[in-house]
Amino acid sequence: MGKKLLLKNDHISGIQSYEVYRQNGGYASVEKALKTMTPEAVVEEVKKSGLRGRGGAGFPCGMKWSFLAKPEGVARYLVCNADESEPGTFKDRYLMERIPHLLIEGMITASYALGCSNSYIYIRGEYFYVSRILENAIAEAYANGWLGKNIQGTNYSLDLHVQVGAGAYICGEETALLESLEGKRGNPRIKPPFPAIAGLYGCPTVVNNVETIAAVVPIVNEGGDEYAKIGIGKSTGTKLISASGHINKPGVYEIEMGLPVEEFIYSEEYCGGIKGGRKLKAVVAGGSSVPILPANLILKTAAGEPRLMSYESLADGGFATGTMLGSGGFIVMDESTSIVKNLWNFSRFYHHESCGQCSPCREGTGWMEKVLHKILDGHGTIEDIDLLWDIQSKIEGKTICPLGDAAAWPVASAIRHFRSEFEEYVKQPKSIQDVKHYYRLQEAKF
Amino acid sequence: MPKVTIDGHTIEVPEGTTILNAARMIGGDVVPPAMCYYSKLKTSGGYCRTCLVKVTKGSEKDPRPMPKPVASCRTTVMDGMEVQNKTAPDLVEARRGVVEFLLCNHPLDCPICDQAGECSLQDLAYEHGLAKTRYEFSRRTFEQIDIGDKIKLHMTRCILCYRCVKVADQVTDKRVHGVMNRGDVGEISTYIQNAIDNDFSGNMIDVCPVGALTDRTFRFKSRVWYVNPVDAHRDCPKCSGKVTMWMKGNEIYRVTARKDKYNEVIDWICNDCRFEKKEVSDWKIDGPAKIDKTSVISQNHYTVKAPSHKPMLNSVNMVGSKQIGE
Repeated sequence: MGKKLLLKNDHISGIQSYEVYRQNGGYASVEKALKTMTPEAVVEEVKKSGLRGRGGAGFPCGMKWSFLAKPEGVARYLVCNADESEPGTFKDRYLMERIPHLLIEGMITASYALGCSNSYIYIRGEYFYVSRILENAIAEAYANGWLGKNIQGTNYSLDLHVQVGAGAYICGEETALLESLEGKRGNPRIKPPFPAIAGLYGCPTVVNNVETIAAVVPIVNEGGDEYAKIGIGKSTGTKLISASGHINKPGVYEIEMGLPVEEFIYSEEYCGGIKGGRKLKAVVAGGSSVPILPANLILKTAAGEPRLMSYESLADGGFATGTMLGSGGFIVMDESTSIVKNLWNFSRFYHHESCGQCSPCREGTGWMEKVLHKILDGHGTIEDIDLLWDIQSKIEGKTICPLGDAAAWPVASAIRHFRSEFEEYVKQPKSIQDVKHYYRLQEAKF
Repeated sequence: MPKVTIDGHTIEVPEGTTILNAARMIGGDVVPPAMCYYSKLKTSGGYCRTCLVKVTKGSEKDPRPMPKPVASCRTTVMDGMEVQNKTAPDLVEARRGVVEFLLCNHPLDCPICDQAGECSLQDLAYEHGLAKTRYEFSRRTFEQIDIGDKIKLHMTRCILCYRCVKVADQVTDKRVHGVMNRGDVGEISTYIQNAIDNDFSGNMIDVCPVGALTDRTFRFKSRVWYVNPVDAHRDCPKCSGKVTMWMKGNEIYRVTARKDKYNEVIDWICNDCRFEKKEVSDWKIDGPAKIDKTSVISQNHYTVKAPSHKPMLNSVNMVGSKQIGE
């Protein structure tokens, strides 16, 4: 049984409410930080813990915090990114729905460490009901003196706000999130300047994922060194994994970093094996934008070592034979899955969500989607597969924000590992697939 | 002052200069094309990605190369930076890709487009584009709308460079148009087809790199290469009054702002000068406007400096596009 830090009290009934949460050791980290530690000491603990951003990129959190510019007389902001829109990821929703006070506690502690007097939780529009849960919890926290003026009799004051987005994937990108939070169109900003220098309202800002902020609570409670003992190598601590797809027990699991992938998929404690005893075909390990890996490469690295659930092990072999931990959206596909159809669905998503600011992503995502549909529809040619490869290579790395990369990687990896399946669709068109006829081919080529 | 090397040419530039502007100071072949950047508009640039360059050395202090190509219009120069533009084959290929993306949903209706001949996208495609399209799906289309009585918006041709939005933001006093929707169905529009009524709104016609925003008083009157550009001025209480008139005989077909060699407006002009003053007696003539000798307008026809390809008959033919690989 792996150690649990975030979800250890998940089984207690009524943990949503302030009283039960407090009785089970809640808000201890705020007390400890505000009364016995300086803000710098809290940042130091987070640095020691080796905590890495849980939103997808895995950037060391302590380092991000220490980059925050601290000019005199300028407000600083902490923004929690709860715009969890990556297909296959639902851990933040689970956390906020089940233990809302954990996020609020983390926000208070982190805001204290960064010296913010106003902090925001930006939550996606589709999680409207979750925003109600958070607002209730915040009201409880205010009523009990954990938010507002002079928290628990100390000099520190903090106001916490929840802002609901309007339902756009792109607003999960930190600068687009800030634009949206300011009330503007959710378009990513061109970096530099980075948010740590000029973020929300032009002030220094830190944007962290829900899980990252929640992880600050056990780090402050138990100490950074203690946290760093969990996990493997530079991947410290625990990680929430949203397991979905053809498995017996889909759901959110808290794992210690370094758990073998094979154990995660097949053990009874976690996913419980593939549904119906079928064979594993492929896994998308970190949400839809990371490269898909076939069964042999997800269980073992190219060097034959067992693959572990950690930032380093999953990335072993680069994109040729590896993938990324990403946001922890673990999508399992069995042998009955059509990779091409699945890829079309992903591409459709990225086409729909592209903000349209820069041309490669705006035009390329739609193009890839249409070519994929053409192949699915039985009208594809071998050249179309090469064309797809060419399009994705011209999107990747040429865009303002990582959405272009996120749209290109699944296409690249699917062709890299499952090219034969694409060719099968081209050579033996399965008449018309059961996808609706979405796009009209241009009849007259001019 | 930071020193930067672009394609082997070294130049010292003031602090805070962007790579693109440093390249423009060098001039000639090292200048990357720019479709959305406009030196007179703040925060413009970064969207079209045609000005991508490869930074092979970050700076003297941190010589690591940048991992991805960067938009030269938004990246400031660091001391000791080394940049590759035309000398990097992978970058030229990447730029070709960007041009192809820009043309994906472009209608390529140059034969009936008023902008043909002075269109930045045409020039860009001529230099960097493919002769044939690989995009075989139906293109997005929009209804043409009139935004005010002087400007026509033909959204189908738009490449979403955001220049006109920045003009509305920074040059005119009240902005009534912007980008609606997102992704490839995004469109420039006014809220509920509001008319754009502003003294300086006509400048958005000049900044539009394609034929999406055109002058309704000039639409379909003449191809631009059949009218002669003449510099003129008048005492205007609202603007500098320095304009280029486009004339045939003694008749003024249209009036635009004067433009520099990067196709950027030198001085904004007001709508009175642009739309109302169409008599020769309104103006004092300065002389013929300077036009690049190789441009369509100066030649009255397209010329290829060194014809290296077969004439394009029966092939997918964009006006003036170069045949690649044939």
